[in-house]
Amino acid sequence: MPLLEVADLRTHFFTRAGVVQAVDGVDLTVEKGKTLGIVGESGCGKSVTALSIMRLLPTPPARIVSGSIRFDGRELTTLSERELEDVRGREIAMVFQDPMTALNPTLTIGTQIVEVLQRHLGLDHGAARRRAAELLDEVGIPRARERLDDYPHRFSGGMRQRVVIAIAIACEPRLLIADEPTTALDVTVQAQVLDLLDDLRREREMAIVLITHNMGVVAESADDVAVMYAGQIVEHAPAHELFASPEHPYTEALLAALPDLDDPAARERRLAAIPGRPPDLIDPPPACRFAARCPYAGCGDGCALEPPVLRELRPQHRVRTTHPASERTTVPA
Amino acid sequence: MSEPLLTVSDLRVHFPIRRGLLFDRTVGHVKAVDGVSFEIEEGQTLGLVGESGSGKSTTAYAALQLLRPTSGSVRFAGRELTTLGGESLRRMRRQMQIVFQDPYASLNPRMTVGRIVAEPLQTHGIGSRRSRRATVARLLEVVGFDPTYTNRYPHEFSGGQRQRIGIARALALNPRLIVCDEPVSALDVSIQAQILNLLKDLQHDLGLTYLFIAHDLAVVRGMSDRIAVMRDGVIVEQGPAERVYTQPRSDYTRALLAAVPVPDPERMHERKEERRLLRTT
Repeated sequence: MPLLEVADLRTHFFTRAGVVQAVDGVDLTVEKGKTLGIVGESGCGKSVTALSIMRLLPTPPARIVSGSIRFDGRELTTLSERELEDVRGREIAMVFQDPMTALNPTLTIGTQIVEVLQRHLGLDHGAARRRAAELLDEVGIPRARERLDDYPHRFSGGMRQRVVIAIAIACEPRLLIADEPTTALDVTVQAQVLDLLDDLRREREMAIVLITHNMGVVAESADDVAVMYAGQIVEHAPAHELFASPEHPYTEALLAALPDLDDPAARERRLAAIPGRPPDLIDPPPACRFAARCPYAGCGDGCALEPPVLRELRPQHRVRTTHPASERTTVPA
Repeated sequence: MSEPLLTVSDLRVHFPIRRGLLFDRTVGHVKAVDGVSFEIEEGQTLGLVGESGSGKSTTAYAALQLLRPTSGSVRFAGRELTTLGGESLRRMRRQMQIVFQDPYASLNPRMTVGRIVAEPLQTHGIGSRRSRRATVARLLEVVGFDPTYTNRYPHEFSGGQRQRIGIARALALNPRLIVCDEPVSALDVSIQAQILNLLKDLQHDLGLTYLFIAHDLAVVRGMSDRIAVMRDGVIVEQGPAERVYTQPRSDYTRALLAAVPVPDPERMHERKEERRLLRTT
């Protein structure tokens, strides 16, 4: 049984301008101790998916209109707020993009870690402080014991993100959701933080959901990848397979649009841009949401009339398109 | 060979650190740029890379005289800019423009698209109202922005469209040099590719010279003829792009290249190993 299984999740925002179908058909599987990468461009619903799993969205305007979120066999969508408080932070923890706003600037980091340990594990103050120092040490903060009494502003961006990670792993959660955890960091620091997350995952057999817009980051960190477009999962596959043989036209286009660090002819080459932009989620296209930008739409197979479903193309490889790469016979005009 | 379009020599920008309220005194200096030299041939691109705080943007601002350097020389189109002021500097500025990172912050939200693009022409007193309107339409066409939208406001457009407006504004005065300061880092991959292609086409068609600043090394490689790598206010390495990427001479460049996540899971272990080795040496 997978650790986390999300099926047909739909989270809509009821606004004055209309109903925003921000998440509208998300199916995810996270295996124990593995990393699932969720990639997609801004506004595709990556973060709303994460916040829906944690049930952290303000209601109203947001509401989970359908779907199920099963964590270790337990349905999360029907839990009460009180029950959720025991899950959040304890069994599922979250790391956000901006480590400055994730920490309280008026409290020392020691206080912020101790608080979590006392709330969830019931440790006394002395034990909690000792454990806090161990945690800081574990995430690679030098002179951990002394630094407990420092305020967040005394830490660099990368070190702050390490503190946030220390808080997240404090209660040994079985799932860590990291939403763009390295986007605000420089590339050398990013590599260190990603390596740290990977080490922690292995040592603690903790599963990770890594949300990012960076294809390189998923390629280097994820076991499985889910690609999102306009509120839906369009492809879900093991990482090596997704990068070696992408099936969905959007995944293919996204990979082709990336500048290549190792391409000697990069200077002369034009990038393969994806024409147009994602649809408006208040009034999305009735059938395939990628149709307007898809080179294979209009092949006469009805993909713009009937919404494609996420189907299993082969074991562990699911795709939401009428014309996956391996079934294509028509060539775009 | 003729003189490069831009020659920057031993450029320094030091910011004083002040303490005290009543008796304000300088207690030290932040050496944001500390002895930077480079040149750019006309029609070429110099890619300036480095991490945040390395002095990339400050270097560019000082080259454009948007920020007066503490010392050093900046020669542009055969003239020394650091000693130039007033009207003569203004005249030189027409030839040097800048495209900023954040297309949300760099466009005045209270001005229509048409006014934003026409503003440089107006400021420099170029053309009549009618001819300016024609120029704006032509510029928007060049950057792939529908000219029928000139009466709309920036908030009505996406990031990519806004960046096109910013580029049209930079092109308004027929500049020879454009500083691109992280022009695509706020954009999504699919839109980023559109803007990078546009910048390449413009360079090709108009013979533009770019100083291209970015932290994304893959993006810079595709845009640049030469590369300069900055760290802590100095250039640690510069050379032809091909050479810097394939045979980096500085340890810092090597670490920077090894840190870039590459979209190829097959190479993950090899790259992680490389990083581990670099960290221990």
